[in-house]
Amino acid sequence: MSKTLYDKIWDDHLVHEDNDGTALLYVDRHLVHEVTSPQAFEGLRIQGRKVRKPKLTLAVPDHNVPTTDRSKGISDKQSKIQVDTLRNNCKEFGINLFDVNDKRQGIVHIIGPEQGFTQPGTVIVCGDSHTATHGAFGSLAFGIGTSEVEHVLATQTLIQKKSKNFRVNVNGSLPAGVTSKDVILKIIGTIGTAGGTGYVIEFAGEVIRNLSVEQRMTICNMTIEAGARAGLIAPDDKTIEYFKDRPMSPKGENWTKAVAHWKKLFSDSDAKFDKEVNIDAKDIEPLVTWGTSPQDVSPITGEVPDPEKEKDEDRRTAMYRSLEYMGLKPKMKISDIKVDKIFIGSCTNGRIEDLRLAAKLLKGKKIASDVSAMVVPGSGLVKKQAEEEGIDKVFKNAGFEWREPGCSMCLGMNEDQLSSKERCASTSNRNFEGRQGRGGRTHLVSPGMAVAAAIKGYLADVREIN
Amino acid sequence: MEKFIKLKSIPAHIPLMNIDTDMIIPKQFLKTIKRTGLGKSLFYEMRYDESGKLIEKFILNNDPYSKSKILLAGKNFGCGSSREHAPWALLDFGIRCVISPSFADIFYNNCFNNGILPIIIDDKSIQELSEYSKRKEEIEVDLNEQEILYGNKKLTFDIEPAKKKRLLEGLDNIGLSLKKIPNIEKFENSMNKTKPWI
Repeated sequence: MSKTLYDKIWDDHLVHEDNDGTALLYVDRHLVHEVTSPQAFEGLRIQGRKVRKPKLTLAVPDHNVPTTDRSKGISDKQSKIQVDTLRNNCKEFGINLFDVNDKRQGIVHIIGPEQGFTQPGTVIVCGDSHTATHGAFGSLAFGIGTSEVEHVLATQTLIQKKSKNFRVNVNGSLPAGVTSKDVILKIIGTIGTAGGTGYVIEFAGEVIRNLSVEQRMTICNMTIEAGARAGLIAPDDKTIEYFKDRPMSPKGENWTKAVAHWKKLFSDSDAKFDKEVNIDAKDIEPLVTWGTSPQDVSPITGEVPDPEKEKDEDRRTAMYRSLEYMGLKPKMKISDIKVDKIFIGSCTNGRIEDLRLAAKLLKGKKIASDVSAMVVPGSGLVKKQAEEEGIDKVFKNAGFEWREPGCSMCLGMNEDQLSSKERCASTSNRNFEGRQGRGGRTHLVSPGMAVAAAIKGYLADVREIN
Repeated sequence: MEKFIKLKSIPAHIPLMNIDTDMIIPKQFLKTIKRTGLGKSLFYEMRYDESGKLIEKFILNNDPYSKSKILLAGKNFGCGSSREHAPWALLDFGIRCVISPSFADIFYNNCFNNGILPIIIDDKSIQELSEYSKRKEEIEVDLNEQEILYGNKKLTFDIEPAKKKRLLEGLDNIGLSLKKIPNIEKFENSMNKTKPWI
């Protein structure tokens, strides 16, 4: 029988299945961070349970850590307790930890692939919704709650119901100035924040094939913003090349075997999808969000929408609420929206290719005088690489702050937050109310668009920066 | 985990779609290493102003809704972050049942690990139940019968049998899965042969 990529990975990890379809799925890779794990370890301790396969879990503090000078430790007391707790738990249960001052420390979804811990065809989970990122390598990766983290630690499995198959084909070729961030924003804008609920989405088509693996990660990263369980992209030669010689990649004979397995990871040509959507790349422009849901997208050349034109009453109510929160008026030009802060980073856009693209546009220019801007590399190794290439100097010379790696202002658990009514062009993934700080106003954009906004001081068209 | 069998309460209605988990429990409260104590921070930014004072017009700040055990909400409830702090905060506040036209996937699963029943019913039924919220009249949820009883009417809801059983019996998932260790071992042995690089 023909199968989708999701079917293949699912079947390959089925430990047990009840009559009603409730399945026990084997977990090959488990990532852990400081915020969603303390209660899980505590649960194990209370029940006297052990971690079944400590080697299949990798831990790193990322959500809470300061992005300024770390030599003096973490000043926020509660954050320090969480990071210390993670360290103690890893020691007690024998789990590999990249601690705060390890040069490999970084955002959990960036270090997994970087180390080769993430691998095609695996099932990867983490107590973080953006685990979907790893789907870019053809692994079934999704976020779980803390009780499930505890379940994985104790059993190396997870209780799951199978999702339905959804394929999004992005056809054609991307116009100038349009990146994978715009592609995923376009997809979310098209299918809505609940459009993927109950599904695993496979991204396919010429555009996806032509993206680099890092660009693909941006797409899968935001699959959760469309409500899907996971996002998937079939591995190809680029994927295999990416994993060659990574520290935790298979070696020698195992590499050959692994590659042979990875090459079988694709949806059969006659595989059935429960839902399919086609998007033509020529219809995608550089996008920004105007509201407080990732589906609230507009081309940079567009206007803030008028809720009065919305027929659905709930949606209209939500639009009014968003516009009030965002301090915007219907029909105003998007390019008339003035920004205060710029944030480049996060598991969505904090990789070396993102920083290279931003630096290329920024070289020799200055940020607007009334804007403050920061770059937070996704990991210590991304930071090091960027510094070797002189990218840090481009940012610093333009007026950006160059920070230490972590989740930072994507969710503002550390000091990096927006003040009330401050407006930010952000390369992160969520524009929810209060996400980047109480009352803070987030506009989601690509790294290039963040640079354009930094230079102009307004949301601006990356195609006008040369 | 506490069993969920029947629940009677005046429901509180928050008529908003896409209530995300950042809204349910903002980031600053995720720094805890405990599961309890989050109730006072539930819906923090809707409940308290910037000086920390209660916002009177917010429904959960008013009696009898401050004691509601049932929450009615718009579609796609619990979207966004996977934080289990969201169901922990609801539970700590006293809410054990959320009724919405649809739920985000991770939140939905998290509920069942905390003895919270998420019920999916259509918009029209939510509107009908919201009248009981307005009139401050109780409704009753009966999980065993899969029914919501209100006035002299009732409506039925769907739930997966395995999930229903877990709530009714308050079962510990990990304990149940540990009984399948022989299956897990068999799987691992076979995987060691076919995929030695894992």
